Amino acid sequence: MSPTLASNSLKLAQDLPLDSGQALSGVEVAYETYGELAADKSNAILICHALTGDQYVASDHPITGKLGWWERVVGPGKVIDTDRYHVICANVIGSCMGSTGPASLASDGKPYGMRFPVITIRDMVRGLVGLLDGLGIERLHTVIGGSMGGMQALSLAANWPERAERVLVIASTARHSAQNIAFHEVGRQAIMADPNWREGEYYGADSSPDNGLAVARMAAHITYLSEEGLTEKFGRRLQDRDAKSFGFDADFQVESYLRYQGSGFTQRFDANSYLYITRAMDYFDLAEEHGGKLADAFAGHVMGKGARFCLISFDSDWLYPTAESRHIVHALNAAGAPVSFVELSAPFGHDSFLLDVPALDRVMKGFIDG
Amino acid sequence: MVDGLRPDLAVIAHNIAASSRVLDIGCGDGSLLSALRDTKQVDARGLEIEPSQVERCVARGLSVVQGDANSDLADYPDKAFDYTILSQTLQTATRPDRMLDELLRVGNQAFVSFPNFAHWRTRAALMFGGRMPVTRALPVSWYETQNIHHVTIDDFRELAREKGAQIAQSWYFSNGKQIGATGANWRAEFAVFQLSR
Repeated sequence: MSPTLASNSLKLAQDLPLDSGQALSGVEVAYETYGELAADKSNAILICHALTGDQYVASDHPITGKLGWWERVVGPGKVIDTDRYHVICANVIGSCMGSTGPASLASDGKPYGMRFPVITIRDMVRGLVGLLDGLGIERLHTVIGGSMGGMQALSLAANWPERAERVLVIASTARHSAQNIAFHEVGRQAIMADPNWREGEYYGADSSPDNGLAVARMAAHITYLSEEGLTEKFGRRLQDRDAKSFGFDADFQVESYLRYQGSGFTQRFDANSYLYITRAMDYFDLAEEHGGKLADAFAGHVMGKGARFCLISFDSDWLYPTAESRHIVHALNAAGAPVSFVELSAPFGHDSFLLDVPALDRVMKGFIDG
Repeated sequence: MVDGLRPDLAVIAHNIAASSRVLDIGCGDGSLLSALRDTKQVDARGLEIEPSQVERCVARGLSVVQGDANSDLADYPDKAFDYTILSQTLQTATRPDRMLDELLRVGNQAFVSFPNFAHWRTRAALMFGGRMPVTRALPVSWYETQNIHHVTIDDFRELAREKGAQIAQSWYFSNGKQIGATGANWRAEFAVFQLSR
């Protein structure tokens, strides 16, 4: 998990002020770009990644070798057409794919570990805005994000209303619910209960809290899928055996799948980053940041100026259900901001935004090109 | 572009002031909204229940929210729009009277169009056939029609009066053409009303 994987990295010229009141100095933002930036810089699209995502939106992952996480959508002639648009995707601060995070070295030359300040979604966006400043991009054609990426897109629209012409938010929310926080807390406790976690000071040690991180991923992964999807994919089918073993091996296919997901995840993700990023998501409450009224968060987008918004939810997503998107739409309407919204039918739960949903592609393309 | 619209929509489009704010409730594929945006620089918004229709609207660059007009008009602030439009939808509402209230709360003025159940063809079908009318204007059988609250022109006028709404203008149509107001409750297949309060 070396933090030197990024092909592009920008060191922010200034210290990054944080919501906690602290500041981070020497912040690095690792990013990837696709497609040419127009001479007038009017065709830049910023894609914000989700909790465990990264900047490799349409290029092979340097650790796993897998295709980019939104390769299906981003590329020449695709929904987000890199023949037309200059696509930027950056690793958020607090993460572990090259941007400054808990595994990065502090000024004393040692990894931050738990000395890394607690960050918020708005802090992540401050980092992204710092990157856009560094790249000389004043106004984005579109900012797009699913899940935590959607939170960043909303935060950018609320706090830097002049920075994007279009805001596309998929399967997201304006605040973390008690249930969302509860699932994240299970994950964090699993990590912190792993003896290899060592209060976060495991960098350079011969073992890291992989078991805890794997359990965290397993619990979270369930929330990304629908019951229908799990039933269809696994049912009660047994894994490589004809009968139950009367033991605690992975008898069921769904157990085997989750274990595989959990252990695979530890190859590419840092446990401390998981703690920090889930915390940032739990702290997210866009209304609270704006005096308790969500409509006030969008006061910079009154009719005729500001951004156009499009929100998309999925009927099988129980992590950030449609009601959360409607809540945002309601606030945008109250603020007088131009907004489109559609709930799409897809069987895959929260993960639908990453999967093959033709109606999603059509709405996204229509909104971006329209 | 306005010319290509259905006659009731064309008359609505014609009577909307340029650069105004418009909410089309049940906007379908967004033909009226895009005509208004392109010819009158209107700030055009829509509410539509069918996801595939919302998709088409978004692809036209329109701002359209998927939702149910029976419940989701409550999400809009008072007088957020210069005009609200409800075309061929009133008779499908759970409570048309409450929907009329909402139209006039959200918009300064409202356009409402609906099929007239007192048209002579409908009357004749009921009187001589003794069966629920299936006509050109009302082509679906009673058991599957979405029109759960059939209304006549005189009924609508009465509802407007009860609600304290002023009728600014009204238009009547038969055979796809505009007709005069005389005997409209007999002669008109469709009516369009412009109201304010």
